[in-house]
Amino acid sequence: MNVYADNAATTRLSPVALRAMLPYLENQYGNPSSLYSLGQRAKEAVETAREEIAAAIHAAPRELTFTSGGSEADNQALRTAAALGKKAGKTHIVSTAFEHHAVLHTLKALEREGFSVTLLDVHSDGLVRPDELAAALRDESCLVSIMYANNEIGTVQPIAELGAICRERGVLFHTDAVQAVGHLPIDAEAANVDLLSASAHKFHGPKGAGFLYARRGVRLQSLIEGGAQERGKRAGTENVAGIVGMAAALSERIPRMEQDAARVSALRDRLIAGLSEIPHAALNGDAARRLPGNVSFCFEGIEGESLLLLLDDRGICASSGSACTSGALDPSHVLLAIGRSHDVAHGSLRLTLGEDATEAEVDYIIQNVKEVVERLRGFSPVWRDLVSGKTPHIL
Amino acid sequence: MALYSEKVMDHFRNPRNVGVIEDADGVGTVGNAKCGDIMKMYLKIENDVIVDVKFETFGCGSAIASSSMATELIKGKPVSEALQLTNKAVAEALDGLPDYKMHCSVLAEEAIKAALEDYNHRKK
Ligand SMILES: Cc1ncc(COP(=O)(O)O)c(C=O)c1O
Repeated sequence: MNVYADNAATTRLSPVALRAMLPYLENQYGNPSSLYSLGQRAKEAVETAREEIAAAIHAAPRELTFTSGGSEADNQALRTAAALGKKAGKTHIVSTAFEHHAVLHTLKALEREGFSVTLLDVHSDGLVRPDELAAALRDESCLVSIMYANNEIGTVQPIAELGAICRERGVLFHTDAVQAVGHLPIDAEAANVDLLSASAHKFHGPKGAGFLYARRGVRLQSLIEGGAQERGKRAGTENVAGIVGMAAALSERIPRMEQDAARVSALRDRLIAGLSEIPHAALNGDAARRLPGNVSFCFEGIEGESLLLLLDDRGICASSGSACTSGALDPSHVLLAIGRSHDVAHGSLRLTLGEDATEAEVDYIIQNVKEVVERLRGFSPVWRDLVSGKTPHIL
Repeated sequence: MALYSEKVMDHFRNPRNVGVIEDADGVGTVGNAKCGDIMKMYLKIENDVIVDVKFETFGCGSAIASSSMATELIKGKPVSEALQLTNKAVAEALDGLPDYKMHCSVLAEEAIKAALEDYNHRKK
């Protein structure tokens, strides 16, 4: 059996999106900036896509700027708020310790440029506490950036509540909604957000396309200078096929979202229950307030990369926060942020189910993860020491 | 492009000499769980020849494959020869390792040497 359980990394392109894209890769190849009809048809496709996406997140079309994906949208959101803050003499930013690197690395760069950054604790359940956000805000705060849903452990933040606090204090609020758009109902208006990032390939659209929502009145700062595309907020000839595919994929998701979320959440809970039978294993992040498809576990006594390789042999695609899988020295900053120790974080496994997941697939995953964990523990000196009582169990 | 050579995958999937020697003459442990790799080598030595070797490893695919290959390279060899084992020899026998995984072969060399040191220490 082959099971793709890494939908947080990327998703399969929807056939509907592919069909919508093809004309713009074939005959409709015009440049949207050209005045003849071939170009104007491309322009129309981009603007129709903007309207569709705006409707899907309850925004106005002119509040959307197309980008090359989630990373660019995150960079632009943070750079915009920082520039606006600096102009007003405000150089303090609040975020969390477990943001995506697109946010964290931009914050590091801003720190080098003189901004001060407070990273909120996400606690062992992977959730930000609204009162802690309120307490962290200062008169000099210019931006709060908190992700809608975490890409590794799937926890979903109380965004509207956090947004309301920012609104009351007059601080711009950005949310990286890359993992949420197309999977959870999103209403930019009701969520009290000023800036929101999304990426098409996380909701069955193409890679290399995304958007940044900026509430009316928030003037985006351009990261890429050049032509006047995207009303001067993002130079460069538009990725027409990518934008069209993104809109088609999102429009396809919206009417099915609620039903899919309920079905996938039930499968997720079945998977969590099955993996919980493995001794000395623990779920990462709150069990209920998480993305429908996200299952993240730590297993004591084993290392994640070897786990992934053996699962790959059995046809299962998954991911891990182990350092070995990324070539980094430290395991996932997300797992460390929720208080997992280094050794336990190395033994992590992330399984992210798609909308087409089945019960048979989930059962196949449970059976194989159980077997593979047992096999690796069978020759792990760390596991031997845990079993013999030489070192105490943490999980 | 595959992450690892076929040789690495073979030793990872079917590690040779896995296990424990209860009455080992030398035991060496290197690495730490914090960094994600621990190797433990057990040697049975008679007349200064390694007659048996077993290992346990907590780590990634290349750590497990490197341990397995290292045991193959020293099994049946005199202690003096095993002391000459290099991480390069381990990596070459595996048809190469990705650059950022070379430390796994270093760890395998160090684990063998730690076990031999333990053996020498016990002899005294
Ligand atoms: C939460 C989050 N933010 C940002 C990104 C970056 O998106 P992209 O790959 O489109 O640049 C990702 C995806 O890797 C993500 O999961």
